[in-house]
Amino acid sequence: MDPLALTLIELGAVVFCLGLLARLAGRIGMSPIPLYLVGGLFFGAGGLVKLEGMHEFAHLSSEIGVILLLLMLGLEYTAAELVTGLRRSWQAGVLDLVLNFIPGAALAVLLGWGLVGAMVMGGVTYISSSGIAAKVITDLGRIGNRETPVVLSILVFEDLAMAVYLPILTATLAGVSFLVGLQTVGISLAVVTVVLVVALRHGHHVSKAVHSENSEVFLLNLLGAALLVAGLAAAMQVSAAVGAFMLGIAISGATAHSATRILEPLRDLFAAIFFVVFGLNTDPTSIPPVLGWALILAVLTAGTKVITGVWAAKRAGIALPGRFRAGAALIARGEFSIVIAGLAVASGVVPHDLAALATAYVLIMAIMGPLAARYVEPVVKMLRRPAKPRPAARPI
Amino acid sequence: MNVDETDLPGLGRRKDFMTASGRRIGVVEYREGQTELIVSTWDDPDTCQASIPLTADEAAALGNLLGGQRLAMQLSEEHREIPGIVTRQFSIAGDSPFHNQPMGKACIRTRSGVSIVAIMREGEVVPSPGPDVVLHPGDLLVAVGTQEGLDTAADILRNG
Repeated sequence: MDPLALTLIELGAVVFCLGLLARLAGRIGMSPIPLYLVGGLFFGAGGLVKLEGMHEFAHLSSEIGVILLLLMLGLEYTAAELVTGLRRSWQAGVLDLVLNFIPGAALAVLLGWGLVGAMVMGGVTYISSSGIAAKVITDLGRIGNRETPVVLSILVFEDLAMAVYLPILTATLAGVSFLVGLQTVGISLAVVTVVLVVALRHGHHVSKAVHSENSEVFLLNLLGAALLVAGLAAAMQVSAAVGAFMLGIAISGATAHSATRILEPLRDLFAAIFFVVFGLNTDPTSIPPVLGWALILAVLTAGTKVITGVWAAKRAGIALPGRFRAGAALIARGEFSIVIAGLAVASGVVPHDLAALATAYVLIMAIMGPLAARYVEPVVKMLRRPAKPRPAARPI
Repeated sequence: MNVDETDLPGLGRRKDFMTASGRRIGVVEYREGQTELIVSTWDDPDTCQASIPLTADEAAALGNLLGGQRLAMQLSEEHREIPGIVTRQFSIAGDSPFHNQPMGKACIRTRSGVSIVAIMREGEVVPSPGPDVVLHPGDLLVAVGTQEGLDTAADILRNG
């Protein structure tokens, strides 16, 4: 068959299948990410069908998917929100980081994946899925709840932590020495600070440079700027994803909101391809051996996220059911865990089992997170109720 | 009245307060401009029993109802001494023959003896409106008159 025809047919079939999976996910009210991953596992390496024709396009598309995911993560919060979020909730943010980074990192050391593996797995278990969390909060009608700002400000902190973590991760994966690594961290911290200051003081200039009333011009400007910045960042040995993320932070105000709206369909497409490609490159037969570890890690890190949420909500003066709602809303891991694992796998310095473990872990967490968020409230209420009637029954 | 304002990063702002009956009530204002009315459950003020999305018109109408009720109560209180005088509120429906028309066109005082003492519009009061004030759908008219006069006025506003 003509190679072009083969590519088009394969790509069309894959995208069409993704559409079906997304519809199924919407029908049963879950995040489509785990279904995309499973879809990817079915095809590709070790799966049922090998897709050869679309390899080149899929590879580039998945890179663009990562860039768009991080650009939109940067766009999600304004610089002002990031700074006030950092000021108000840094204690909860640090607790979140410590409690949720350590289990992943410890397991990686235990499995003999070394410090690089620990760095990667720590990131995978640390970062909550802000996409799934936001959807869960909206779907369950909890936006007006008192614990919601607590959850959101922890997500804001994680957002900022990513800005520091990703450059460190890239440096670690590139295998630089400790001193060079320290230098990279210094540079990335400086860049984050500069970008935040620029966004706070002169954000409207950056926004003006890309903004246009014409949505076509605006889309081309945005995408062009994102790919340019990402490419330049990659050329300077900083990850492309970090560059896109910084651009997202620098764009603020009304421009950021309209940018989010305009990029959303594009992000959905390319991110879906990214998840499939990640699944394609993971051999499904490598998953069963690590499934036990993934389950242990899932239970452990669900617990640590709940502890984080309960502690932060308690500090904000929220009653018991609200504390557990806050904790459960944070459980879901998703797109960014896969982004981190994807960066690691692409660098080739981590064992293939890591991809399998990350896939299994995210599959569990992306499904368990929304379920936990939904059912935590009735469970907490049920546990509290039997304690109440007792004092009334006692004779006075 | 102490209204709490809380930022919801990435979403918008929440403005709410605690009622004397122990329930939290307020609005969520989204960055994109939508408004949601929120009411807490009776047993847990942290959670929401309902969050009701409101269009701009609906939010204005609700504001009018709440504000108009208070105004009407105040007026009835003042007229209590005069027997036969009643205060009533009329809302202007979208299909009222007088919507987007100056109020004078309805000739309410001439035809029914009723006085329109105020109009509630978008949460604000237009006191003693003149005949050239244009009526909009969603406006709440506060009227004072006799029982029969008010019935006539209601009929005029509905059917012309």
